[in-house]
Amino acid sequence: MEITKELVEYVATLSKIKVDDAFSEKMQKELGAVINYMEILNQVDTKDVEPLSHVFSINNVLREDEVMPSHNRAELIKNAPQHGETTFIVPKAVE
Amino acid sequence: MDIAKMTALELGKAIKNKEISVKDAVLSVFDAIEKKDKDINAYVSLCKEEAIKKADEIQKKIDDGSLSSPIAGVPVSIKDNICTKGIKTTCSSKILGDFKPPYNATVIEKLENAGAIVIGKLNMDEFAMGSTSETSYYGPTKNPWDLNKVPGGSSGGAAAAVAADEAIFSLGSDTGGSIRQPASYCGVTGFKPTYGTVSRYGLIAYASSLDQIGPIAKDVKDCAAIMDIISGKDKFDGTSLDNDFNSLLDSLNGDVKGMKIGLPKECFETEGLDASVKESVLNVADKLKELGATVEEISLPFIDYVIPAYYIIASAEASSNLSRFDGVKYGFRAENIEGINDLYCATRSEGFGSEVKKRILLGTFVLSSGYYDAYYQKALKVKAIIKKHFDEVFEKYDLIICPTAPTTAPEIGKSLSDPLKMYLSDIFTVSVNIAGLPGLNVPCGFDKNNMPIGAQIIGQRLSEKKVLNAGYAYQQNTDYHKMKAEVK
Repeated sequence: MEITKELVEYVATLSKIKVDDAFSEKMQKELGAVINYMEILNQVDTKDVEPLSHVFSINNVLREDEVMPSHNRAELIKNAPQHGETTFIVPKAVE
Repeated sequence: MDIAKMTALELGKAIKNKEISVKDAVLSVFDAIEKKDKDINAYVSLCKEEAIKKADEIQKKIDDGSLSSPIAGVPVSIKDNICTKGIKTTCSSKILGDFKPPYNATVIEKLENAGAIVIGKLNMDEFAMGSTSETSYYGPTKNPWDLNKVPGGSSGGAAAAVAADEAIFSLGSDTGGSIRQPASYCGVTGFKPTYGTVSRYGLIAYASSLDQIGPIAKDVKDCAAIMDIISGKDKFDGTSLDNDFNSLLDSLNGDVKGMKIGLPKECFETEGLDASVKESVLNVADKLKELGATVEEISLPFIDYVIPAYYIIASAEASSNLSRFDGVKYGFRAENIEGINDLYCATRSEGFGSEVKKRILLGTFVLSSGYYDAYYQKALKVKAIIKKHFDEVFEKYDLIICPTAPTTAPEIGKSLSDPLKMYLSDIFTVSVNIAGLPGLNVPCGFDKNNMPIGAQIIGQRLSEKKVLNAGYAYQQNTDYHKMKAEVK
């Protein structure tokens, strides 16, 4: 399939990544090559095959609901590029 | 005796016998780093002060008998996508900035409890996405055997540091070959355990259903000793297995009599396979045959489908896993932004490198409405077929032996210009991750340019004893793993 500029821009919007013209062109070419190569999978007959996500059939992994200390908030928040005493600071999100 | 050249078990024993102090062990490795790393660039950051302080504490515990693990006092180097409390962890990406994790990965806790001392963090392809370690924000790592060549990737720093004796041993991670392929290119021993054997808690996720932490070391014995320490069920990782190998180290006996080994014909007929690689890997099978194993040709008919299936699954998971990097909670944030959406978009555009952005776009594409069934679901079905084929092979055979990579290390700059070709360098390794199998790289020869060649030994899920024992038997009867790169 052809990877158009519009498709790259659509996927970029979903991914929250900005693409300028040069990068979009590069991605059209490189994603196009990879995606077309992937079409080789159409040669595999998967009619009666169930998709497999995990090699061990893991179902719900349950544990006792124990009270444990959580991470120290001050330690966690220290890594944020902008923060208050107890909060992350971001630009206004709701008009 | 040059301490930095010792294996972890040799050094651990010398420390226990009071022939070498923990502090001298730590300082020797820092000396080697100082001499060599300006050329190799294996390390992203070092923690000398903390390590020396730790050395005194560990020495006391060894002296009073409260620490008795075989690697007590031994320095360890860690791939920079494994969280180390208070030590910068970057995934070799700009977007993580100076991120200092507030906690240790489970593997770090376990190593530290065994008395190992973290001395630094190792360079890698950004977010482990690559096969050459060239996509690092901190510059490429060089191959100690030839500084014009790549060390492989994504655990390139981890393999290069061990090869150059700038590390006693290291921990890497392997999503599609990222431990085994650089180990092959750098002539060291690297082990990717069965999926779920080692906790992923604190490993910054690339593709969660494929990622696994494992050792890169100077021989199989070290790998077994390290596995004994880092493996086991972890309540912080729901996919970790409740499985006890007892001691992998103690199980090594070098006996491969009666072991049935399969050589997949498709791997040895692959286009682009170096003649020298083929010959050296077949010699491994011959050696094991000499030691009493039986060797037969087998078929893995799905080999052409493993790379596309892998890139669909890995990119899909990456696009989800990497959504957490948004300029809010940690690391880098873009400047001059207008509103919250622009904050996310600008931060991610400036913070991620080109290969990472490509895989996020690819992953988002294969998961997007209209393409999900044709790509993502299809890949998961192919995954089921690949697993079934391997299961059938392992009903009849104990192990599979094939090359780790089709060639020896390429020159720096040659791979990124042809991304599809770079993806194909993983052709022999990715199927092992898709089926969750254990895979070991052992050095097994050199090409005409004196670049190391690696053989891959693969077993059924949870057959680590067989895999490591075959590698051990091979290393007891050959010297390739003892050959050293001469870094001037």
